[in-house]
Amino acid sequence: METDINLDSCFKPSNDVVVREVMGKILIVPLTSGIGDLESDIFTLNESARSIWDRLVKGETVRAVIESLSAEYDNESGEIDRDVTGLLKELVQRRILEKITNV
Amino acid sequence: MPESSHISIKRADSAGGLRQENPPVLSVLDIELTERCNNNCVHCAICQSGTSAEAQRRELSAGEIKDLLSQSASLGALSVRFTGGEPLLRDDFEEIYMSARKLGLRVLLFTNARLITPHIARLFSRIPLLGKIEVTVYGMHEKSYEACSREKGSYAEFRRGIELLLQYNIPFVVKGLMLPSTANEIAEFEAWAGTIPWMEEKPAIATILYLRDRRDSHERNDLIKKLRPSPETHLSILQRRACYRKETVGFCGRYGEPPGTLLFSCGAGRRPCVDPYGYLQLCLSLRHPDTVYSLKQGSLQDAIKVFIPKMREMRATNRDYIERCAVCFLKNLCDQCPAKSWTEHGTLDTPVEYFCNITHAIAEDIGLLQGSEKGWQIKNWKDRLAKAASKLL
Repeated sequence: METDINLDSCFKPSNDVVVREVMGKILIVPLTSGIGDLESDIFTLNESARSIWDRLVKGETVRAVIESLSAEYDNESGEIDRDVTGLLKELVQRRILEKITNV
Repeated sequence: MPESSHISIKRADSAGGLRQENPPVLSVLDIELTERCNNNCVHCAICQSGTSAEAQRRELSAGEIKDLLSQSASLGALSVRFTGGEPLLRDDFEEIYMSARKLGLRVLLFTNARLITPHIARLFSRIPLLGKIEVTVYGMHEKSYEACSREKGSYAEFRRGIELLLQYNIPFVVKGLMLPSTANEIAEFEAWAGTIPWMEEKPAIATILYLRDRRDSHERNDLIKKLRPSPETHLSILQRRACYRKETVGFCGRYGEPPGTLLFSCGAGRRPCVDPYGYLQLCLSLRHPDTVYSLKQGSLQDAIKVFIPKMREMRATNRDYIERCAVCFLKNLCDQCPAKSWTEHGTLDTPVEYFCNITHAIAEDIGLLQGSEKGWQIKNWKDRLAKAASKLL
């Protein structure tokens, strides 16, 4: 699985998962095997991850997500860059998100 | 960044992390896909003949079930349990299953495993249920199994189903039951169950046999009554679990209060069930016609938000019940409930001696009662519970 994150890429939920919003929470439910570590795994996002997820699934590029979060929060140490790409890597590795285009 | 810089996806618990903060209207829906079964078990409270065209004709269509699944997901359900009868008997099982999974529902499946084919095993391997299949085991050998199932060749098919589940690494657990035909196999069953990779504890063994849910056969009910293990046998099965006494006293400590005249002191309605014909029931067993809601006439949301709360306000009127069950501190330990009262007596509020006897045997065994004492006679039940707890906990 390619996990190098191109900042100009956009991502969408893959066909291997079903994404639901229940009582305000995002639930990521595996549809095919091998997404979770356990057979019953369903995933949810903490608040910070949710703020990245919402931007990504709206079709923003990774760069736009980082810029928008940096405008909102302090990013002097580059922490937001690392957070966004780190989360994306995990989501792509788990086949939860897939790349849709290079801008 | 909001909250903290800690970014993570996390594994949701079985309630999707929702239960404590903000529970959905519905978390799990039980759906009986059919009452038909390819077994004809001696003790079964539900099954219709596997070839019953009449039962099949009345069943909800795949489209109607898919609509129910969609309603469930909209109400926040995380899981659906498919049971029966034998759910895999439906020709459209795969279509229904895929619909549930594509809606993001976990599927819990109760089956006898006879219809687990390579095709079904591959399906479950590719599109996992996200829960463990529960397989009921009617005997460890052909003779004992088929003494219960009354279907020649059923044991071989069951074993083949189990082998396929193992081969395709499909998580499952097994459950047993106590019948005269299996009485000598309990240890063997437990030892075998222990070899199944997904068994985390000793298998459940059903010892209480229920009469026909639809009160549809005196003949079958007479047979079930003859098969019922004695309270002593029931106890001997419970005692196989080292922590049974401790757990039971702990349970009574938490739920020991006499229920009063409210009929539903149990969880009925919190995990509703839809029967194969489109009627919502408060639980899998309660089929009294006054307590079911036609989902062909109304929505799942109305059933859950309006009908069920109204049902849960029902009160007992039977004097015998009011003088015994309503004031008995053992009531929540007892299997007596409106569903069982209905199957045994045709009313919702009649004490059931079979369950009462078993409950009193347990209560005596764990030190809550002595001799001929009855639970409803004990006024200082809190002291009894505290004393038993101090000995065992």
